[in-house]
Amino acid sequence: VFTEEDKYGLYSNLMFKYFLAEGVVCGHELFVASAKEHPDNILKELPAPLLDTYRKELGEEATAVKSEDFQDSMKIAWRYQNLPKMEASPTSTKFGHYYDISKTMPPELFQSVKWHSFYLPEELSLQPKMKTCNMNSAYASLLQSIQKIIYQEGFDGSDPQKKQKNILRIGIQSLGSMLWGDDICSSDTPEDIHSLTKFLYVLRALLRKSLSACIITVPAHLIQNKAIMERVTNLSDMVVGLESFIGSERETNPLYKDYHGLVHVRQIPRLNSLICDVSDTKDLAFRLKRKLFTIERLHLPPDLSDTVSRTSKQDLAESAKLLSSGCGAMAIGKKHLDF
Amino acid sequence: QGKFTLLRDTRTDGSFLVHHFLSFYLRAGCKVCFVALLQSFSHYNIIAQKLGVSLTAAKERGQLIFLEGLKYCLDLMFGEEEQSGQSNPLQFLRLVGASDLRALFDFIRTSLTPSGSDSWKGPVLLVDDLSVLLSLGATPVPVLDFIHYCRVVVCSQLKGNIVVLVHSNEDSEDEENELVVNSLCHHSDLILWVEGLATGFCKDIHGQIKIIRRVSLELTAEKDLIQIYQYKIQDKNVTFFARGLSAAVL
Repeated sequence: VFTEEDKYGLYSNLMFKYFLAEGVVCGHELFVASAKEHPDNILKELPAPLLDTYRKELGEEATAVKSEDFQDSMKIAWRYQNLPKMEASPTSTKFGHYYDISKTMPPELFQSVKWHSFYLPEELSLQPKMKTCNMNSAYASLLQSIQKIIYQEGFDGSDPQKKQKNILRIGIQSLGSMLWGDDICSSDTPEDIHSLTKFLYVLRALLRKSLSACIITVPAHLIQNKAIMERVTNLSDMVVGLESFIGSERETNPLYKDYHGLVHVRQIPRLNSLICDVSDTKDLAFRLKRKLFTIERLHLPPDLSDTVSRTSKQDLAESAKLLSSGCGAMAIGKKHLDF
Repeated sequence: QGKFTLLRDTRTDGSFLVHHFLSFYLRAGCKVCFVALLQSFSHYNIIAQKLGVSLTAAKERGQLIFLEGLKYCLDLMFGEEEQSGQSNPLQFLRLVGASDLRALFDFIRTSLTPSGSDSWKGPVLLVDDLSVLLSLGATPVPVLDFIHYCRVVVCSQLKGNIVVLVHSNEDSEDEENELVVNSLCHHSDLILWVEGLATGFCKDIHGQIKIIRRVSLELTAEKDLIQIYQYKIQDKNVTFFARGLSAAVL
């Protein structure tokens, strides 16, 4: 899962923590990598799960993390909390948990979970022993670290003795930023434009060969060379962009007053099947309440005046331009067709 | 026979065509060399089974040679010294400076050159997808050279077919990719161009496909034949229909 960070990284960090928190609650193993914040600190700030508000009327346990087949090569497409307000309650495919972000996760939950961390400033002192394939050395050592964990903990099926299969959740924060030694965010003609894409390719190979899933956040707005983002999108299974309204003109736009930002789903995974699971709506927005971070369909307030509707049409046409799906279609150009 | 087909997708996923061609050629009894750079073997296998072909069986009887790019990449990066090295078709990943896809070409040539006991009809090379090579450090010219060499061997010498998938985008900023795609377009006998609908997302129509038969290449002063259809992808099938005649509309 590839997340394009919003400008100030606030919301993408939140999603990152949700991913890891879900891993803790489900008993998965975690691997956290970061160049700017020590993983121990990240893990201390995971949101606490809301254990008493499971909707039991569906008769399904919330622990039906129907993971996503336990075959030897799976990448999990993970969508969470997509609660369309149109529907009365979440329907049968409910999986995942809810979290209360005003509280941090209690340490008892952590105790049963095994986790590994990769904090770049600490790792740089160790020399990567493997052939680097002309890749940025930070990326190379991260890959080596991930591969080592996968092999040692038997996620790649190499240890037939392991009775219980578990999933490794990998979280990599702010990949591609300058802290990782890559200059794609600071220069138009970076020294090595292939480092990030090569890294992603090898990571993809590792993930396909093991029971793991990975979320990566990237400060996409800083990457000058758009070709890289296109290639990165092609190499990822799922790409989600978060656009926050902070500091942009949309913050004061009455259309968006209930929300804090937009969610752009740029690509959906299409694995093991010709078709992919496309939701009905493409307009998603997120909002951060005191306890909850929700993603919902973008509701427009009723058209009360001429000016409101005119700006909204322009805005929607713009945002529709940016939306595309793995199997689908897109409005190109500024053509706005009334239906 | 001896045809080069280019599969091109813009803002949508054209890989359903790859699955189609794979099962099509296997069912026709051809020997297929499949260079799969982006997905694992089981992904293709599961879908092929839905389409009625078993890739594992094809591999076992020697009809299908499957190059799993992801696996070779791992061998290269983390494998033992003796394993990786000469025989790895993706060794260009390790070369400094100019990228040399010769190892990949050699692999393809050895797999498709018929051995004495082969009884398969015509060889076929299938590539999914070529744009990934650029992401891995190859520059456009070596990629085009590589395709050229493949054409010489597979199309001219062995009278086989080649099918290649590339991604492209009209307002793409990836100039290297556009260069490769445009060049390949000029040299293809058949182009299948898959695009998302211009009017936006639709549940019943997943996109449109443009079929361009490059009759103009045959020096008979005729123009290329272009046909446009729309399609909808289902679990085991893809339905094609003329524009505007989707089942949802009728």
